[in-house]
Amino acid sequence: MSDVMLEVRNLKKYFKTLRGTVHAVDDVSFTVERGKTLGIVGESGCGKSTVGRCLLRLLEPTSGEIYFEGIDICGAKGSELKKLRKDMQMIFQDPYSSLNPRKTIRDIIAAPLLENKIIPNATKKDIDTRVLELMETVGLAERLFNSYPHELDGGRRQRVGIARALAVQPKFIECDEPVSALDVSIQAQILNLLKKLQRDRGLTFIFITHNLSVVHYFSDDIIVMYLGQIVEKAPARELFENPMHPYTKALLSAILVPEIGNRKQRIRLAGEVTSPIDPPDRCRFEKRCHYACELCNQGTPQLIEVSPNHFVACHCVQKNSNTIAAGG
Amino acid sequence: MKNPETAVTTKKKNRSRAGETWHRLKKNKGAMLGLAIIILLVLIALYTSIFWDYNTMIVKVNIPERVQPPSPVHPFGTDDMGRDVLIRTLYGTRYSLIIGFGATAIGLIIGVLLGAVAGYFGGIYEDIIMRATDIFASIPAILMGMVIVCVLGASLPNLLIAVGITAVPAFTRITRSMVLTIRNQEYIEAAKCIGTPNLKIIITEVIPNSLSPIIVVASSRIGSCTIQAAGLSFLGFGVPAPAPEWGAMISLSRNYIRTAPWMTLFPSLFIIIMVLAFNILGDGLRDALDPKLKR
Repeated sequence: MSDVMLEVRNLKKYFKTLRGTVHAVDDVSFTVERGKTLGIVGESGCGKSTVGRCLLRLLEPTSGEIYFEGIDICGAKGSELKKLRKDMQMIFQDPYSSLNPRKTIRDIIAAPLLENKIIPNATKKDIDTRVLELMETVGLAERLFNSYPHELDGGRRQRVGIARALAVQPKFIECDEPVSALDVSIQAQILNLLKKLQRDRGLTFIFITHNLSVVHYFSDDIIVMYLGQIVEKAPARELFENPMHPYTKALLSAILVPEIGNRKQRIRLAGEVTSPIDPPDRCRFEKRCHYACELCNQGTPQLIEVSPNHFVACHCVQKNSNTIAAGG
Repeated sequence: MKNPETAVTTKKKNRSRAGETWHRLKKNKGAMLGLAIIILLVLIALYTSIFWDYNTMIVKVNIPERVQPPSPVHPFGTDDMGRDVLIRTLYGTRYSLIIGFGATAIGLIIGVLLGAVAGYFGGIYEDIIMRATDIFASIPAILMGMVIVCVLGASLPNLLIAVGITAVPAFTRITRSMVLTIRNQEYIEAAKCIGTPNLKIIITEVIPNSLSPIIVVASSRIGSCTIQAAGLSFLGFGVPAPAPEWGAMISLSRNYIRTAPWMTLFPSLFIIIMVLAFNILGDGLRDALDPKLKR
C-alpha cells in the first residue's frame, strides 16, 4: 500500500560528556513515505536536529538502523555512502553559515555537480549552464552568478542553499529549520518555493522545525519530540484537531492566532526540564505535565497507537483510551 | 537558455576580499613603508649577482685594503680580509630573504596541515599532534636549530630546514584554533552532504577560511626566522664561512668591534631594518584583515 522511502528503527544517539551521557536521541523510530513530508517538531534541544544529522550520517548514530529505499545507511561506506548522498540532501538552518564565504555563488552550486560528476565529461560551460538553470529554478537572478554570499540577503542565500541541494537531483531532502533565520515575508516565499519543488519533482521531505504553523502548512505527518523521544506521531490534520499528549496540547495552545478578541487559553508549562543527562526510566515530561498521575514514574511510556495512525507516548492518555475502549 | 557569458560580464563592482584587504592596507602608512622596504630588499637580492661577481668581489681576499674605515670608495668600509662591507652586506640580503621566506614556508606548510588535521578530526589525532607540538615548542628554538644543523651538517638548505622546523608549532597552534571555530560551521556539513572527501574539505573549505591569522603570523615569522638564522650563523651553525651571510659577517667582525665598528654595524643595521619591515607589515596586515575594523 504505502511506498516507504526512509525507515528509522530504534535510533539512538548518545553524547558522552564529563557529567554523564547525554541522551540526545533515545529510541526513535519512524517511516517516511515517498513524495510525502514528515514534520519533526519540538523545543530547542529535544534532539530533532540530531535525528536529522544521523539520517545523513553527519553524525554516527550510537545504535539503531536507518534504511533508505531498503539500503542500510549506517553500514554504508565510501562509494556506497557517496551514492546514497546523491539521493539525500539537506537544506540548512542558517543561510549565513551554510555558505562558504570564500566561494562565489557559481562555485557553491557547481561543487555538488563536480564532486558527483552529475554531468559526464562536463566542460566549464556545461557546468555554468547547469548552474544558471538551477539558479533560475530557485528564483535567483542571473547577475548573482559571480557574487559572494556576503553580498546576498538571507532569503537569497537560502535559495542558494536550496539550489545546491537540488544540484545532485536528490529524491529526498531534509530541511533543518530552513526558514527560522529569515524574515516572515521571506519565510513564505521560501516555503512556497519548497512546496513547488516538491510538486514538480515528487520530492520527499523531512521538515525539522519548532514553528508549528510552518509544519502545519507543510507536512503530511508530524512527529512531536520531547527530550530525545517521540511523544506523539499522527497525520498533520489529526494532530492539530485532536492533540492527545499533554506536551503537544501545550505546544498547540502556544500558536498565536491573528484574530481580534481571541481569548484562547494558553497552557503554560511550569517546572523544570528533566536533564537529558542519564535520564531516569520514567516519563520525561512528568515534571512539567498538568496531567501527571501516579502512572508517570512507571517506566518510560511507549509509543502506542491509540486511534488509527495516531501514536502517543503517555501513560495517562493510554490508560484513559484503554478505559474508553474497554467501556465502549 | 540564457547565455552564461552575459552573467560573467556583469561582474560585480564590489571588491573581493583580497581587494578589500589591500584597500585597507594601503591606508596604513607604516605597513606600506614596510612593504616598500621589503620590495627594495627583494630587488637588491635579485640584482646584486648581476653587478658583482661572487668569486672576485664578494669572497676574494684583498689584504692591502683590509680594515679600512668608510670612504667614498668603500662607503661601509672594508673587513679584515679587505672585502667591501657594502657589497657583502647587499649580497647577504639574498641569504636572509631565502631563509626568511623559505623557513617560514616550511613551517607554514607543515604547521598548517598538522593544525588543520588536529582541529578538523579532533580526538586522538588532536591529542597526539598538539602534545607533540607542546613538547616541541618547549625546547628553545636556537637549541633546536643547533641540534638539527649538527645532525644534518652546516649548509644553507639545512639551515632552512632547521629554522623552518622550529617555526612549525606557531602555525600548528594558530591553525588548529581557527579550524576549531570553522569545523562546526554549516558549510562544512554541507560539503560533507555533497560527498566531498575530508581531505578536500580541509583544503578547499577549512584552510581558505582560516587564512587571515595565518598570514599575519607568517609575515612576522619571516622576521623572526631571519633573526634566528642570523643567530645560528653567528654561532657558526649557519651558512659556511666565506659566504656573506649577515650573522656570519657579524660573527667574523666581533674581534674588531672596537677598532672597526663598521664591520659589525652595517650587517646588524640591515638585519634590524629587514625584521622591522616584516613586523610592521605583519601588524598592518593584522589590522587590514580584522573583520571588526571593516569600513
